[in-house]
Amino acid sequence: MNTAETLRTALEAVRSHRMRSILTMLGIVIGIASVILTVGFGQGARAQVQEQISALGSNLLIISPGSSTDDSGSRGGFGSATTLTLEDADAIADSDVVPDADAVAPTTSTSTSLVAGETNWTTSVVGTTTSWLDVRTRTLASGRFFTQAEADSGADVVVLGPDTASELFSGTSPVGEEVTVGGRTLTVIGVLESSGSSSSGTSEDDVAVVPVSTALALTGSTSTSVSTIYVEAASADLLSAAYQEIDALLTTRHGIESGDDADYSISTQDSLVETASSTNETLSVLLTGVAAISLLVGGIGVMNIMLVSVTERIREIGLRKALGATPSAIGKQFLAEASILGLAGGLLGIAIGVVGSWVLPAIIDQPVTLSLAATAGALGVSLALGVGFGVYPATRAARLTPIDALRSE
Amino acid sequence: MSPAAQQRHRSTGGEPIIELSGIRKTYTSGTITFEALRGVDSVVREGEYVAVIGPSGSGKSTLMNILGCLDNPTEGSYVLAGDDVASMTETQLAEVRNKRIGFVFQQFHLLASQSAWRNVELPLVYAGVPKAERKERAIAALTKVGLGERVENKPGELSGGQQQRVAVARALVTEPAMILADEPTGNLDSRSTADVLGLLDDLHRSGRTIVLITHEDEVAARAERNLVIRDGLIVADTPVGVPA
Ligand SMILES: Nc1ncnc2c1ncn2[C@@H]1O[C@H](COP(=O)(O)OP(=O)(O)OP(=O)(O)O)[C@@H](O)[C@H]1O
Ligand SMILES: [Mg+2]
Repeated sequence: MNTAETLRTALEAVRSHRMRSILTMLGIVIGIASVILTVGFGQGARAQVQEQISALGSNLLIISPGSSTDDSGSRGGFGSATTLTLEDADAIADSDVVPDADAVAPTTSTSTSLVAGETNWTTSVVGTTTSWLDVRTRTLASGRFFTQAEADSGADVVVLGPDTASELFSGTSPVGEEVTVGGRTLTVIGVLESSGSSSSGTSEDDVAVVPVSTALALTGSTSTSVSTIYVEAASADLLSAAYQEIDALLTTRHGIESGDDADYSISTQDSLVETASSTNETLSVLLTGVAAISLLVGGIGVMNIMLVSVTERIREIGLRKALGATPSAIGKQFLAEASILGLAGGLLGIAIGVVGSWVLPAIIDQPVTLSLAATAGALGVSLALGVGFGVYPATRAARLTPIDALRSE
Repeated sequence: MSPAAQQRHRSTGGEPIIELSGIRKTYTSGTITFEALRGVDSVVREGEYVAVIGPSGSGKSTLMNILGCLDNPTEGSYVLAGDDVASMTETQLAEVRNKRIGFVFQQFHLLASQSAWRNVELPLVYAGVPKAERKERAIAALTKVGLGERVENKPGELSGGQQQRVAVARALVTEPAMILADEPTGNLDSRSTADVLGLLDDLHRSGRTIVLITHEDEVAARAERNLVIRDGLIVADTPVGVPA
């Protein structure tokens, strides 16, 4: 019996046992689609976090007020403490004390309502220095950033994030227009380029950036406390040197005795990556577990139906042998049948997985990355299960004498 | 068998096609063993028409399955057209079943999901006959058994007699030298029985060797020679029409 004949016989068997074929394929379809989607979720989440971290800028040290290890167990969120001041930032900027720091950008942040004509929009107003643009690796879409002179004088200028700009000025160029904040009128001098990443809730693209003295004047506050100080080290190699210099400086400035908890914390991008990837690791392990279980369940389904299918067809195998089929012809027929079912189910599962990875991100606001390795692995496993459990019992049945096979129940 | 009887068979038949000596078959189920054949010796020559008769459980089907290479004897030798079956490989046995033997079962054994002509072409598929020729020959065989109009029907859409005629068509489509039929009329009414027996007569006339199992005397009377089997032994071997 040649290959074409074997395939025809197998196709006919698949078609004439429609229900059984569909059930077999269903196991494979579910197994593969769920592996593709769960692995895709894991990788998508990881890629998203990595993107957010790299969007922070390179060589970056992030100094936040408040201890990193609060004894009470509740941290109250970053920036809720007021232990970090503009003076601290100035001290860090002193190149004699912290020679390895390239740029320093203290930031204050308040949520305030901005008014442009009839439009009203609440956003976070960030007060900072001219280094901010560099340190945060942001660029301008139009206009310019404020100058050192404007920063020194507390000029009434503002640079808007792209989302803020479009909310307030819906399409028209805001550069040169005016916005009113807390009774003060600021001139829009520039619009930021989109940061490219938005962690849900706190968009990097919905901000209004002003000189820090302007920000203090807006809130009318006399406190010089800041929510974060961003420091850019001269190079990645000098990051830990800069870290130690800053740590030493702040320990002295804040009068912290050895053994006491510091009232600030310095994090590096590395430590963020580490935290994020350890979270991701947990997520990955969890999702891989889910994927493995669904593959297992699908595989057991395929295995069951294949075993039942071969058992109920032992008489057919006996008859074919009585009419002149060799054991290898029987083996090939069942191999072809299992492969057809496995491939059809596999392709359908991949199709559902791919469509799901397009459709789901829109519904659940989570990226899903297609993983070639997971797809190939899932396809391989279900093909192997189908073929293994379809062909092995069939070749065993083909080794019976025809009459034993014909008589089997 | 007496020398005189052997002489007579030699004159009516050709070369020996079936040579059995000391055939025993023991079935084992668990610790219980049962000897269904207890030393059968016999010779069937080319072109002979032999009916095997005997009471239920005497070992007729067991013998027939061994003749059809569907089962192996526990002991003894079976030489089929000069070749010792015991020395054949699985592939050679498959070829023997395919080319030399046409089997008709009491329970038809048709594939329920396939049309009549697909069932009949099955032995030709394993013989490597090209597709177009297969269909032609399958339909010719079905026409020969009077089912030229029902080639596309599935077994479930045919009567018992018609199904058995499909099975006969499947047995003769490869034009085998030997037709083995295990109670081919056991499930049929007298009308269908006459049809099937007529077909076997035709095959016999065209020179095929036929071995048939039956319970019915009038069926046995159509053959040239009756083998009577009882408790796993041949107890009589008589030409039909000659008093035993
Ligand atoms: N697979 C088997 N396992 C155990 N015993 C068997 C098996 N097949 C047949 N037998 C026994 O062997 C004996 C002969 O069986 P066989 O089928 O050859 O009888 P038979 O002559 O064809 O009877 P019938 O006319 O009823 O078909 C019976 O006693 C039967 O019970
Ligand atoms: Mg019987």
